[in-house]
Amino acid sequence: MIVTIAGEKKEIEQGTTVSRLLVLEKVQTPEYVTVAVNEQFVDSPLKSERVLKEGDQIEFMYFMGGGR
Amino acid sequence: MAFSDEQLERYSRHIILKEIGPRGQRKLMDGKVLIIGAGGLGSPAAMYLAAAGVGEIGLADADTVDLSNLQRQIIHTTADLGKPKVESARETMLEINPEVRVDVHQTLVTADNIMDLVEKYDFILDGTDNFPAKFLINDACVLARKPLSHAGIIRFQGQLTTYAPGRGPCYRCIFVEPPPPEAVPTCRQAGVVGAMAGVIGCLQALEAVKYLAGTGALLTGWLLTYDAMTMDFRKIKIPSRKNCAVCGENPTILKPFDYQAAVCDL
Ligand SMILES: [Zn+2]
Repeated sequence: MIVTIAGEKKEIEQGTTVSRLLVLEKVQTPEYVTVAVNEQFVDSPLKSERVLKEGDQIEFMYFMGGGR
Repeated sequence: MAFSDEQLERYSRHIILKEIGPRGQRKLMDGKVLIIGAGGLGSPAAMYLAAAGVGEIGLADADTVDLSNLQRQIIHTTADLGKPKVESARETMLEINPEVRVDVHQTLVTADNIMDLVEKYDFILDGTDNFPAKFLINDACVLARKPLSHAGIIRFQGQLTTYAPGRGPCYRCIFVEPPPPEAVPTCRQAGVVGAMAGVIGCLQALEAVKYLAGTGALLTGWLLTYDAMTMDFRKIKIPSRKNCAVCGENPTILKPFDYQAAVCDL
């Protein structure tokens, strides 16, 4: 099935959870990455439960602590 | 209030813009912006806001200029090494535009002083380099109902969003709480390309200018991300978080508090 990850369409397997997707996408320190699916936050405890569906729009938001 | 001939000339490129015009320029000149962190992000922001004639610009930073700062903190020069950053920055700003007033606060911003600090300003710009400070500034701006430009940079990436009281999500809505110290790398550990501070700091200055002049759409409700390796700018819609601890429906944070800074930030 096709989902949109950070604006790009990608093929993923049926049944893929948000946690699994973070691994597949090789996201570093996934426990500290904020995930939104279809403009809703998926809080950390729910990342392993939330199964993605065809057409889902997924965004990752990363901590960026620099500035000085 | 009329402009002097010198002001008409100095600000002519603003005054000619229909989106700013004489009225917007007057608002800039009446505006008060606080920049927390006179470093990578704060440098270009402070320089452009001074050049724009923003009436009063506050600078808060406890540090002195270090050689490793100069790769990106362009408001300071080699001759400024060892000087307090707020003093060095103030000198540069007044060289650009002697008309602006620069208030320096050579202090670490903490839960004890932040409410007094933000109170007199119209718009706050976060140019700090650590999560405890970013959360502290966010909470204080929400509690004091002050608009805030939040930004972060690392390596070849940057991001920013603008909090506007009552009009959209805050930084804590997105990230909830700081990561444990050392869990996420800092610029000191991971590096940052100097011009990234320029790109993102300038975008923060633009948000402040638009807010003061009352023009355009702010990044309220959006996280703008920039990847210099691919040159992709993306606007990510930030969901609302009704249970946000500071801006949500039943807030549990009712006054600012300090998180423990990571050891490497001290
Ligand atoms: Zn919030």
